[in-house]
Amino acid sequence: MKPNEAARFHPDRWIRRLCGPLFAATCLLATCTGVVVLLVVLGSIVTAALQGPPENPWTAIVPNWSELLALVRKLAAATQSSEPESTGYRVGLAGSLWLLGLVAVIGIPVGVGAGVYLEEYAPPGRLRRLIQTNIANLAGVPSIVYGILGLALFVRAFGIKALALGPTLLAGALTLSLLILPIIVITTQEALRAVPQSLRQAALALGATRWQVVRDHVLPSALPGILTGTILGLSRAIGETAPLLMVGAAGAILRPPAGPLDRYSALPVEIYNYAREPDRHYQIVAAGGILILVALLLTMNAAAIVIRNRFRRYHHG
Amino acid sequence: MGVSEPRAEQAKASLPTVAPTAPAIAAPAPDPIVLSTRGLSVWYGSALALRDITIDIPRNQITALIGPSGCGKSTLIRCFNRMNDLINGARMEGEVRFDGELISAPGIDPVGLRRRIGMVFQKPNPFPKSIYNNVAWGARINGYRGDLDDLVERSLRRAALWDEVKTKLNRSGLELSGGQQQRLCIARTLAVEPEVILMDEPCSALDPISTARVEDLMDDLKNDYTIVIVTHNMQQARRVSDRTACLMLDEAPGEGHRTGILAEFSPTDLLFTNPKDPRTEAYITGRIG
Repeated sequence: MKPNEAARFHPDRWIRRLCGPLFAATCLLATCTGVVVLLVVLGSIVTAALQGPPENPWTAIVPNWSELLALVRKLAAATQSSEPESTGYRVGLAGSLWLLGLVAVIGIPVGVGAGVYLEEYAPPGRLRRLIQTNIANLAGVPSIVYGILGLALFVRAFGIKALALGPTLLAGALTLSLLILPIIVITTQEALRAVPQSLRQAALALGATRWQVVRDHVLPSALPGILTGTILGLSRAIGETAPLLMVGAAGAILRPPAGPLDRYSALPVEIYNYAREPDRHYQIVAAGGILILVALLLTMNAAAIVIRNRFRRYHHG
Repeated sequence: MGVSEPRAEQAKASLPTVAPTAPAIAAPAPDPIVLSTRGLSVWYGSALALRDITIDIPRNQITALIGPSGCGKSTLIRCFNRMNDLINGARMEGEVRFDGELISAPGIDPVGLRRRIGMVFQKPNPFPKSIYNNVAWGARINGYRGDLDDLVERSLRRAALWDEVKTKLNRSGLELSGGQQQRLCIARTLAVEPEVILMDEPCSALDPISTARVEDLMDDLKNDYTIVIVTHNMQQARRVSDRTACLMLDEAPGEGHRTGILAEFSPTDLLFTNPKDPRTEAYITGRIG
């Protein structure tokens, strides 16, 4: 290149040199903010569980590790009572685990089935787009609205006494299933979309029906994504309080539920009730309950990651 | 070649003197036809991709489709096994017959049709399963009753892949090299025992050595199957095929979009040494396309 043409380029401008690191630093700051906020919240809950509302959250965690564990274990084992020293979350924990099981059995097949239909079978067109838009909107509806819907539809059945379920586990599970249905449908669709079209074409070209292609190729390939989506949906369901309050999760109940048609309580509901009490001792109990809930959520998310990694390794080997 | 010329001269010399009821030299019996189209046109939405294609694919021969990019070669072969049905907005007019029967007749099941007319794609796409299951899956879902182990071995032998994979049938098909993966795709197509094999640029993603192996394979397969191959590589068309069809893009005024048409369809040697259509000649000499 001739010298006077090269002079038109000025690659060494200092502002270009600055923008790169500045952008990286900004992103790092955003990440740190999230992590720091999380640590602060967790720290204050831990100190609240140990000795009441936080005075210095940071120093309390490590030295009091065993005390914390003992408190959590006690709370998980004891049944609710009127004395803050002897109360616990046994009934709520049982109710939450029951709800987890029922929502998994009801919500996952419906959600995954809907996702598979919309992505693999439904003819593309205005109707499909309409359904997809509505499902996406439903994912953003506040959870208390689902609670009101559950109350009218499942608990009271619009006044039809024969169909009304009352404030039972089944009504609560159905309400929560509706709540997480949009999440499951959307994540299933995303997972199916990620399967390359060449795989479907190769299978169809061998004279397979669409069902055989979905069953043997598409679903196995999409399984890690679908599993991740369902576990995330279930995590959300476990932590929801407002809809359960609306459909009648009991505040004061002294035995775990005997079956799906029994009255029940749930962990977030019991935490909520304790947190409302002005007595400082109940605050400690509430904080302990939150720790149990966080532990449950972390376990579920860890399970999601483990399952996803195992399937990924198995399939793309 | 040299054999037909004296015959042609003899025919020309003897025609005026022979009684019209007795033909002097019978024309060679026409090859049995396995696939044929009449007036086939294909639209994608409102764009006409192929216009008025009339072609007869002879049985147990290799037919090559050549032509510039976008002239509808892949569209044409996808009509044969009704893979175009899966494309949103694709519409077909005209007749396509397989063994004399209309493939778009209401009673015809496209799933059954696709077992009899197999397809090998441009980019090798083995299933993310073991080599054994790659070959066996197609047979299983079509209700194969018989020894699957034997079928897998036969198909892999036919595809010239058996010796390379016989000790690792349980390994994933994705671990193979590109050329091996394409031969695996051919093996799985053979496992469902089709009558016709459609190949959409099967070697364009392969290195020259793998390409040569696949071409040798094609020559061996044509004794039992009919092969239709789409190729961009004219040397390949000359090497492997018995007949060649040259498709061209038609500069139709007022359509705003160019449509594929059939320019010429002849025995390969004739098409490349003595093309009848000027557009074919321009394409194979490299002046266009």
